[in-house]
Amino acid sequence: MLRLVAARLGLGIVSLLLVSLAIFAITSLLPGDAAEELLGQYATRETVAGLRAQLGLDLPGHVRYLHWLGGLITGDFGRSLANGVPVAQLIGSRLPNSLMLAAATAAVSVPLALTIGITAAMWRGGAYDRAVSMLTLSVVSVPEFLVATAAVIVFAVHLRWLSALSAATDITSVAQFFRVFALPVFSLCCVIIAQMVRMTRAAIIDQLRAPYVEMAVLKGVGPFRVVLRHALPNAIGPIANAVALSLSYLLGGVIIVETIFNYPGIAKLMVDGVATRDLPVVQACAMIFCAAYLVLVTTADVVAILANPRLRHR
Amino acid sequence: MTGILRRLSIGGIVGLVILGFWVAMAVFGPAVAPHEAGAIVDMDVFLPVSAEYPFGTDYLGRDMFSRVLHGARYTVGVALVAALIASGSGLLLGMCAAVWGGLVDGFISRALDTLISIPSKMFALVVVAAFGSSVPVLILMAGIIYTPGAYRIARSLAVTVNAQDFVTVARARGEGTLYLVREEVLPNIIGPVLADFGLRFVYIVLLLAGMSFLGLGVQPPNADWGSLVRENMAGLHEGAPAVLMPAFAIASLTIGVNLAIDVLSGGRRAGEAG
Repeated sequence: MLRLVAARLGLGIVSLLLVSLAIFAITSLLPGDAAEELLGQYATRETVAGLRAQLGLDLPGHVRYLHWLGGLITGDFGRSLANGVPVAQLIGSRLPNSLMLAAATAAVSVPLALTIGITAAMWRGGAYDRAVSMLTLSVVSVPEFLVATAAVIVFAVHLRWLSALSAATDITSVAQFFRVFALPVFSLCCVIIAQMVRMTRAAIIDQLRAPYVEMAVLKGVGPFRVVLRHALPNAIGPIANAVALSLSYLLGGVIIVETIFNYPGIAKLMVDGVATRDLPVVQACAMIFCAAYLVLVTTADVVAILANPRLRHR
Repeated sequence: MTGILRRLSIGGIVGLVILGFWVAMAVFGPAVAPHEAGAIVDMDVFLPVSAEYPFGTDYLGRDMFSRVLHGARYTVGVALVAALIASGSGLLLGMCAAVWGGLVDGFISRALDTLISIPSKMFALVVVAAFGSSVPVLILMAGIIYTPGAYRIARSLAVTVNAQDFVTVARARGEGTLYLVREEVLPNIIGPVLADFGLRFVYIVLLLAGMSFLGLGVQPPNADWGSLVRENMAGLHEGAPAVLMPAFAIASLTIGVNLAIDVLSGGRRAGEAG
């Protein structure tokens, strides 16, 4: 089993390397380069050549890639083209905000989603289950910004409970913390919970089709006990998988939510970087997001391996 | 055909009607819209819903209903072409991988696996940062992002069919790859592949709407529904219909497609196993 886990971790690292290659290739394929872009159309050929040499753009592609990769590993992400600030510094000031948002969302959504998913599986086919299925299907098939804008209209415009804009700075009290985080976290949770409920429910119902459950039912075990004592322990692997995969939807959701609420996180930094075509910022942010995504997906697989009793004694 | 008609549930009919309506609007929208997309029809901005302006007016006093109809071709049309590219190339590669097997299969599968380990929004942002945002770039980008998913489905279906006796018989009597793919494999996997195509379409609509919402999708003066939400965000604090209506249009389209997919046999819904 250890070998399986090690192999999966190795695969994760290889994937990350391939992803970094893909991101570097895409961002380096463009015809004009950063030097021309920075200097504008009145630049002479000499100044462009000078800047290219300074930025290292005159080196061949694979050398630049290795140089960039080396920088990533040692924490040197280059400098922003827009304002010359080191990218590491920009990210360093934004990353804690995004992590706080993600942590708050995970803390709220995981227990809630598991409860809803498990109870829906318990009363499967009933009115509650159908309502949950319909609601979660609706949430996963509408754009994230609809959920967020609807939340603003309901809670900030009509009910006037919360303010629509958030700033993670100057939080002094718990009430303030709640006011700032409530709407972004709520919007993110809607999307994540819907995904997680669907996957959790599917994982348990999948187990309920197994012969051992039929045996338990024939023995006269009640429906709750069948789900909680028989199906649930066997569904832990798939459910942990569902949790990790659903949390990876955070990455997509956080981009929209940080933009709507003007939240000073790393996703907002990346979107602004894309708008101004600040490639070093985009590359670094993309690598952080892809790494986070791969960590979640790899964790999901490792948990699935660990939770599978058939693999435990190898 | 009667088989499909018999399976029609109320949900399926509603889905097909919504889908048909928006596809028609993608073609005829500009012709039937009461106003030009850029025409300022009222001095009052962010008007509420009224008989004259069914979706209210936007931040410049333009008729939102007309703007949504004009935007249909950017949302529905662009996503449809991109979904065709994704499902088409996924299906083609998947069938080739299944029929040829071996090294070809291994190579295609590994290459597309790399693509899958980049989250779709991240890939889209990186591409737009590098190449800027234009309709051809958006179409190609969305097409590439969703090819691996279509490939996985098509390949696994085709591998199953490929192992059937009738394919072995066809191969034994010396039929070529083209014949095998076209006459034996394709007809047996087309149902689930069509359902998957619907799903790709939904994902692409959501992805491109999200990009436009960030201001990184369809560029002004053209506007898809995501851009319409973005440009009217200032009206959010008044609860203006201009913000919500385009978002509801997207929701009706994606939910409609999801309902319509159920009509096809072997249909899967969004969110079930990604």
